[in-house]
Amino acid sequence: MNLLSIFVLIPLLMLLGLWLSRNLAQIRTVMVIGASALLISAITLTVSYLQARAAGVTGDMLFRASVVWYKPLNIEFSVGVDGISVAMLLLSAIIVFTGTFASWRLKPLTKEYFLWFTLLSTGVFGFFISIDLFTMFMFYEIALIPMYLLIGVWGTGPKEYAAMKLTLMLMGASAFLLCGILGIYFSAGATTMDLTKIATLHIPLSKQLIWFPMTFVGFGVLGALFPFHTWSPDGHSSAPTAVSMLHAGVLMKLGGYGCFRVAMYLMPQAANQLAWIFLILTTISVVYGAFSACVQTDLKYINAYSSVSHCGMVLLAILMINKTAATGAVLQMLSHGLMTALFFALIGMIYGRTHTRDIREMNGLMRIIPFLSVGYVIAGLANLGLPGFSGFVAEMTIFVGSFQNYDAFHRVLTIIACTSIVITAVYILRVIGKILYGVCTNKEHLKLSDATWDEKIAVITLVICVAGLGLAPLWMSNMISDSVTPIISNLTNLIH
Amino acid sequence: MIAVILIILLVDLFINPKKRQSSANIRLAALLPIVLMTIHTLINIVPSHGTISAFGGMFQYTPMHTVIKAVLNVGAILVLLMSPEWLKRDDVSVNRGEFCILTLSTLLGMYFMISAGHFLMFFLGLETASIPMAALAAFNKFRYESAEAGAKYILTAMFSSALLLFGISFVYGACGTLYFDEIPTHLNEEYLSIMAFVFFFAGMGFKLSLVPFHLWTADVYEGAPTPVTGYLSVVSKGSAAFVLMTILVKVFSPIVSDWHQVLFWIIVVTITLANIFAVRQKNLKRLMAFSSISQAGYIMLGVISGNAVGMTSLVYYILVYTVANLAIFSIISIIEQRSGKLTLDDYAGLYKTNPKLSFIMTLALFSLAGIPPFAGFFSKFFIFMAAFKGNELLVFIALVNTIISLYYYLLVVKAMYITPSEHPITSFKSDCYTKVGLIFCLIGIVGLGIASIVYQTIGKFSIGL
Repeated sequence: MNLLSIFVLIPLLMLLGLWLSRNLAQIRTVMVIGASALLISAITLTVSYLQARAAGVTGDMLFRASVVWYKPLNIEFSVGVDGISVAMLLLSAIIVFTGTFASWRLKPLTKEYFLWFTLLSTGVFGFFISIDLFTMFMFYEIALIPMYLLIGVWGTGPKEYAAMKLTLMLMGASAFLLCGILGIYFSAGATTMDLTKIATLHIPLSKQLIWFPMTFVGFGVLGALFPFHTWSPDGHSSAPTAVSMLHAGVLMKLGGYGCFRVAMYLMPQAANQLAWIFLILTTISVVYGAFSACVQTDLKYINAYSSVSHCGMVLLAILMINKTAATGAVLQMLSHGLMTALFFALIGMIYGRTHTRDIREMNGLMRIIPFLSVGYVIAGLANLGLPGFSGFVAEMTIFVGSFQNYDAFHRVLTIIACTSIVITAVYILRVIGKILYGVCTNKEHLKLSDATWDEKIAVITLVICVAGLGLAPLWMSNMISDSVTPIISNLTNLIH
Repeated sequence: MIAVILIILLVDLFINPKKRQSSANIRLAALLPIVLMTIHTLINIVPSHGTISAFGGMFQYTPMHTVIKAVLNVGAILVLLMSPEWLKRDDVSVNRGEFCILTLSTLLGMYFMISAGHFLMFFLGLETASIPMAALAAFNKFRYESAEAGAKYILTAMFSSALLLFGISFVYGACGTLYFDEIPTHLNEEYLSIMAFVFFFAGMGFKLSLVPFHLWTADVYEGAPTPVTGYLSVVSKGSAAFVLMTILVKVFSPIVSDWHQVLFWIIVVTITLANIFAVRQKNLKRLMAFSSISQAGYIMLGVISGNAVGMTSLVYYILVYTVANLAIFSIISIIEQRSGKLTLDDYAGLYKTNPKLSFIMTLALFSLAGIPPFAGFFSKFFIFMAAFKGNELLVFIALVNTIISLYYYLLVVKAMYITPSEHPITSFKSDCYTKVGLIFCLIGIVGLGIASIVYQTIGKFSIGL
């Protein structure tokens, strides 16, 4: 039994368990056991990956296994991981685990909610372990569609509009993506769908120039690439707490991961030639997202725009085609995933108590709900890149890496993107000052109770991860940078 | 092959006496055709190797024909499974036996059409298939809409047959023969051949309801009884698509560049227009009518590739489309029988009252929209893959259209799950035939994609240009 297949098997068993469960207690048992099992497998995988690397096992992908699926079409179910996927799997497992606790008291239709939630996680895990283009795309779509019902049924606000917009935009992107994937497959000679094998084949430049933008945009929409980011604020703010967490925390990373692993890895020449277009777009994402966050008054909108800004940073970094920056990009995916999940969890918990997310209607919450407020401050500080938290490590690595490019174009863009750090500080501190400090003027809010045990589990787990990554980033950074090297050298060898 | 026909005739004979309505054998009357059809399908599902021909080459039999016939049988069985509930109604129950006979005789016609090796046989099969179909559409003869549907169908069927015959006569004029095997050697890029193709294709376009020839579809689908609509949209369409592919590949192969171009534009127009029209529909049967027109466009993507992979994907697509579409029609049918409600607004709040039905409906709609892990994703992916080489732009347009189709499928899902309703459809229990049919569909929707063996089995017998 391959270690990686467990990541698809456990969610499938969870689906079966949920299907059979009859009451709330059983549903919760299934979810907790499943989510913990996923977390344990992710940690085991990380440890055994590091051990294998320490023992000197080389090769791009480890724990490889492959089963022929559709022989006439060269489709295989093949799995394998490198440092990047291991980091992403760990992230997904943490978010699914905490998301389970964050939606502990969710009503109504709890069973259906967790069924779709688990299906979504199946897609996410499957995506990160796949190295076959077909299965990768399949899991990508599996992760998208449950969002419609999760937002539409359990969401808040203009949920029907947001759900439809998000689903159609992301599925539209996947239409581009499918075209791109078929293009890659046929221009590489139509012999294999395996990523690692296609990377060794040569795709003619004229074809690359068509299929690279398609694939990049296809994945980029999910990574909130400007101007295709508009689904993100609406979708995230309408989604229920755990879904926002999973979506902003993990699903948006599918975009960055896919851009790097599929679009840039397989079509290096086009990536070099066309990077400048996307660099400009991502810089706009970074700055525009940050400025938009400044003027929003809804907590979830603020965080959604902040996600646009931070995910833009991921795309910016990978397009810099530089080892340090790419390592930073993966660190940023990890760090942003944890931070934003923490943020959305806390916002959901605060909203559940105050029944408003408008920052103008809240103040002085620190004295009333100290646990949640402290959690919020920590999330905020991590978000604005305070040393000691994960955000600092990631952004530092990105900007140092980006600045290593010698030409003026890249340097100017780096400097522009850097300004987002300052703007981030503005909107984070503004919110914290507004809602947490001061005197509480709303009489209703004085009666609020602090976090329950299930919420504490979710928050504490995430805070530990954010701080842990910030304090001891080196092992993770090394693991990632080892795996970034082959992809980046594939890209840079063409220039020099 | 003759055994197949004999069995069907036997079925007909068996059902005839059951027309006398002694309530004791109502159950038997419903069960018998289903059981016999199942046995017939199981006997014939194993394709024998090699080609057999009869009637001096007019009737040919290849393993591929067995496969497509098995697919059609599955569709017919599912339709028979969904019909007993409807046939219980007073105004149609006297004709219970006739329904089965008519259905099976259209199926027999399609068999002949598929196995034809000569245009005359092909035309005979086509007529055998379409005349009883008009009777089926008008089956609820006391309902105004049903009668109208029947009349519309027969008129368009006649018109398209006339066009088809005109095309066939041109073929004879150009080639001096009507045997499929001999035509390609005589066919060339002259006007007569082109005209023959154009008329032939227009005739087939009516049967398949491709866009310039689709105007009858929505009205007939809406007016005809729901099981018949299901049958029309799946079995009838599937057989026509398969035949069109074999004839284009086998007979019109010398003028491939011409039909390639025609198909290209027809597909673009079909998919786009049908999807745009479907968005505005409020009646679920009309919505499914436009959805089935656009699905026909996707099926044509298998034809345009003209290769073996295309044929495999086409047959596989038809199979997957059959289970998903018939699941939806079964649900529409049972809800129509129990509550008389048909519009999108009536479906609001269905999940609260009938969770199982709406769950299956959701999965079937997702499958039609091509969402993994359901079978529809695989069939769409494969048909795109088959068509992709050389038709990149076409595939891209088709892909963009899947988003439009996703929108109107999601409207149905939204009605069932999200929209609140003050008067939802009341909760009810389905009868056992419908249940068996739906479970069968559900297994198909979930299993057909993951089990690659189905696709590979079909692939073994496919032929191309």
